[in-house]
Amino acid sequence: MIEALAPEGSAGVTGKPLLKVADLHGWYGESHVLHGVDLEVAAGEVVTLLGRNGAGKTTTLKAVMGILPKRRGSIVFDGRETISLPSRAIARAGIALCPEERAIFSSLSVEENLMLPPQVLPGGLSREQIFELFPNLAERLSSQGTKLSGGEQQMLAIARILRTGAKLLLLDEPTEGLAPVIVQHIGRTISRLKQEGFTIVLVEQNFRFAASVADRHYVVEQGRVVDMIHNDELDENIDKLHAYLGV
Amino acid sequence: MFELLGIPPQALFGQLLLGLINGSFYAILSLGLAIIFGLLNIINFTHGAQYMMGAFAAWMLLNYLGIPYWGALIVAPIVVGAVGIVLERLLISRLYHLDHLYGLLLTFGLALIATGVFRNFYGISGLPYGMPSQLSGGQNLGFMFMPNYRGWVIVASLVVCFATWFIIERTRLGAYLRAATENPTMVGAFGINVPRLITLTYGFGVGLAAFAGVLAAPIYNVNPNMGADLIIVVFAVVVIGGMGSILGSIVTGFGLGLIEGLTRVFYPEGSAVVIFVIMAIVLLVKPAGLFGRTV
Repeated sequence: MIEALAPEGSAGVTGKPLLKVADLHGWYGESHVLHGVDLEVAAGEVVTLLGRNGAGKTTTLKAVMGILPKRRGSIVFDGRETISLPSRAIARAGIALCPEERAIFSSLSVEENLMLPPQVLPGGLSREQIFELFPNLAERLSSQGTKLSGGEQQMLAIARILRTGAKLLLLDEPTEGLAPVIVQHIGRTISRLKQEGFTIVLVEQNFRFAASVADRHYVVEQGRVVDMIHNDELDENIDKLHAYLGV
Repeated sequence: MFELLGIPPQALFGQLLLGLINGSFYAILSLGLAIIFGLLNIINFTHGAQYMMGAFAAWMLLNYLGIPYWGALIVAPIVVGAVGIVLERLLISRLYHLDHLYGLLLTFGLALIATGVFRNFYGISGLPYGMPSQLSGGQNLGFMFMPNYRGWVIVASLVVCFATWFIIERTRLGAYLRAATENPTMVGAFGINVPRLITLTYGFGVGLAAFAGVLAAPIYNVNPNMGADLIIVVFAVVVIGGMGSILGSIVTGFGLGLIEGLTRVFYPEGSAVVIFVIMAIVLLVKPAGLFGRTV
């Protein structure tokens, strides 16, 4: 499914990509944040967006999800142009977002948070499968959503979008601010989700974490994709990547 | 006959009953306001006019179409709620991205227009609306006389308030509503049609006001000003209970009705202002309201 020998200049995807973003521009109010993002993601791939703070990674995810109000260009998902669809229609097409701020609802219990997103497509994980991935959640179902620890909230934010049947998961910094043991748990979960056939776009600051789970990395700089690196070519490119990320 | 604190029990219980009746209306109306404010961020000043329209709808259904009280109790909230839905779609929905103040001005203007229209066609002297025959008469409870209709108003409003609480706090639809109150963008990103949820919520809140209007029609005359007189007190109730709190609106509505009734017994001169005095104290001590969540 992943083409390691892709010719220079292609996004590294053979066949029809599940997600194809072309010349994507985005604005927050008057400020022009995305300046023509191009990227492709094949079905079943895990792809990360790397880059410095403010490069436009989160904004790219928001644009794909349709919650960035002002966006132009092309976002084709599963063969369908979604650039002008409202976010609820994009969700129903099979994309789901786990936002950076997690967005756990404080007026809902853990169970209500988990069951909130409606099923949009067949093939989502069952409750049992979700509790197998995140056993902690099963014990906290009646707690208020925001009474969970940071790690548990992150697990809940991921868990609730696994039920819906969405095929493409957009995970925005799922490891931010979490203890190493929980970061490992989330890493294992992402690998497991890949095995289950989910396609994942991951925004990550933690480069080592990204390298442990992803097939490819896009480097985002000033609202553009400036480079793409296959995970197995990472060693040769490590100096270049450090320069991009300023580490 | 025994006396309590120098007050004849007939007078005491009579005023407590009146307090509960008023409290019923406060509770239903402030509940609708709280739901609308929670999701729409609009302070619905038209609420009093919509209560009045509920009473007028009952009167019109009876006098023009021959539909009696029991039918009006269901039809009037639906009709007035539908009018509310049209208003929300045509006008109110254009203001969501602006400050609260614009919504308040718009709905205040709409309230004036609605009151003016009814005053123009029906005058201000009030139209009589008869009590349903099944609920005429009353019960002698030993310590007081309880008119059946007044008992019915208290029971009906308790049931409606509890049902509304149940829908919002215990059902999936209510979970959508609570979640959308917190973060509508995220709820939309889950595939839920938030604009439609908002429209239906407004329609439901307006329907509650109209239901209260129908309940009120046989007690008070059907009068274009009936809402304007009541809504000021209801806003004070909402401020005391805390904007956006469902249970708070219900408890505060009934509680303040009772306090008002007690004040009428022990210090009649204070009964018209007691709620506003409490409002001032609550604003000083707990500005978010007794049940308010500081978000």
